[in-house]
Amino acid sequence: MLLRSPHLASEEIPPFELKGSLFTLTVLHLFQMNRVAIERHLVEKVKQAPSFFNNTPVVIDLEGVTDSPEGLDFNGLYELLRTHGMVPVGMRNGTPIQQAAARLAGLPTLPESRANGGAKKPDKTEPASRNRIVNHPVRSGQQIYAPEGDLIVLGAVSAGAEVIADGNIHIYGALRGRALAGVRGAAETWIFCQSLEAELVSIAGRYRISEQLDSADRGKAVQIHLMEDRLVIEHLTR
Amino acid sequence: MATVIVVTSGKGGVGKTTTSASFATGLAQRGFRTVVIDFDVGLRNLDLIMGCERRVVYDFVNVINNEANLNQALIRDKRVENLHILPASQTRDKDALTKEGVERILAELKQGFDYIVCDSPAGIERGALMALYFADEALVVTNPEVSSVRDSDRILGILASRSRRAEQGDAPVKEHLVLARYAPERADRGDMLSVDDVLEILGIPLLGVIPESSTVLQSSNAGVPVILEDSSEAGAAYNDLVDRFLGKALPHRFTSIQKKGFLKRLFGGG
Repeated sequence: MLLRSPHLASEEIPPFELKGSLFTLTVLHLFQMNRVAIERHLVEKVKQAPSFFNNTPVVIDLEGVTDSPEGLDFNGLYELLRTHGMVPVGMRNGTPIQQAAARLAGLPTLPESRANGGAKKPDKTEPASRNRIVNHPVRSGQQIYAPEGDLIVLGAVSAGAEVIADGNIHIYGALRGRALAGVRGAAETWIFCQSLEAELVSIAGRYRISEQLDSADRGKAVQIHLMEDRLVIEHLTR
Repeated sequence: MATVIVVTSGKGGVGKTTTSASFATGLAQRGFRTVVIDFDVGLRNLDLIMGCERRVVYDFVNVINNEANLNQALIRDKRVENLHILPASQTRDKDALTKEGVERILAELKQGFDYIVCDSPAGIERGALMALYFADEALVVTNPEVSSVRDSDRILGILASRSRRAEQGDAPVKEHLVLARYAPERADRGDMLSVDDVLEILGIPLLGVIPESSTVLQSSNAGVPVILEDSSEAGAAYNDLVDRFLGKALPHRFTSIQKKGFLKRLFGGG
């Protein structure tokens, strides 16, 4: 008992705690400040869906308002919305003058819409694909690696050259060097080439060297993949 | 603006220096101000093949080290106008070639010449890298055998990745294939790779096929670039090669077996 920290020893429950949470809120996009027009439209909406307007919290968005922002009476708007079953809980957008008026009426200003702001844009800079296209022949002594994607070679892979990919390997030319697909263990990867003259082909660590290639496959357009953990070489039909 | 052309191969003994000497001579004969530089520091040969070894006073490395100026080191060819030779040093090694030094000398040469031909040493080390680094175009010399073709493939990879043009993202070095020491009858028998075999592996345009010929050996021992031996097949092939380089469309000769007629057998000409 003595070892217990005073904090834990306390039986008292704190009066409150603060936690973040997400809510779906209805946003009221105002386009004009004409009180009569707003009320007429509100009555219509309530008629259509009376159950919706039952102390429904709303956020007032002023981005679309074009006319006389100074003439807006926030208290009046608040009362109008309350009488029709809506509880304004905040506002967003609008000019600094509008924001000040809203604060005076007791409405906090919420951050701008993410859909309109720049916050969402960085997501779109993600690369379209992690595949790598090599538009020149791969010469003896060169090594080309495509991490996390396919490697596409628009030309021959020379003897003494090495092409490596975490994904598939496509060679639009003769494969005379070494090709290693799925080097990080992806067993469902394939190798394709226009003419099989390879020194070595490997998929997910299962490999075959030049000597072990069937002479019937030599110089042929082939696809290579794993079937039951064994390398299978099939001719491409033209 | 002068054009820098490297003559390279990867493998030794395939005919780089023979090609450099004849190519530079051919360009000069056609009126272009041409200089040929020996990059084979420590194993200089170009001056022997050009027949000017007794006139070497200062060399490439002396100029790089500011021990002599370019005009003192350049040797004027006695046979062909417009042709100059910048010999290599026989007493240094290839570490004497610095990128800054080579760049400075090439910049100076560009003021006075149309073509700068760089005769590369064999291998893929410093000397060869310095010879190709500043090149605009490359003559890749290959013999019709597997090891030579493999080494040329390696050099083509280096041209495409480690030349200044590659590093700076400029237009790539323009590649030309020179197939030297070719014997059509041996290719026919399968003892040698054929022209088509080599082209299929290397995949670059063929500039010329130089037939295997005893004239090459004789003229290089005599210190005369073989292109000056007009009557020989090798000399004719080099003349075609230079014309093709300058834009003439000429068919390739000496690529198939020629039946020797009676007169030809009588008077030789091989």
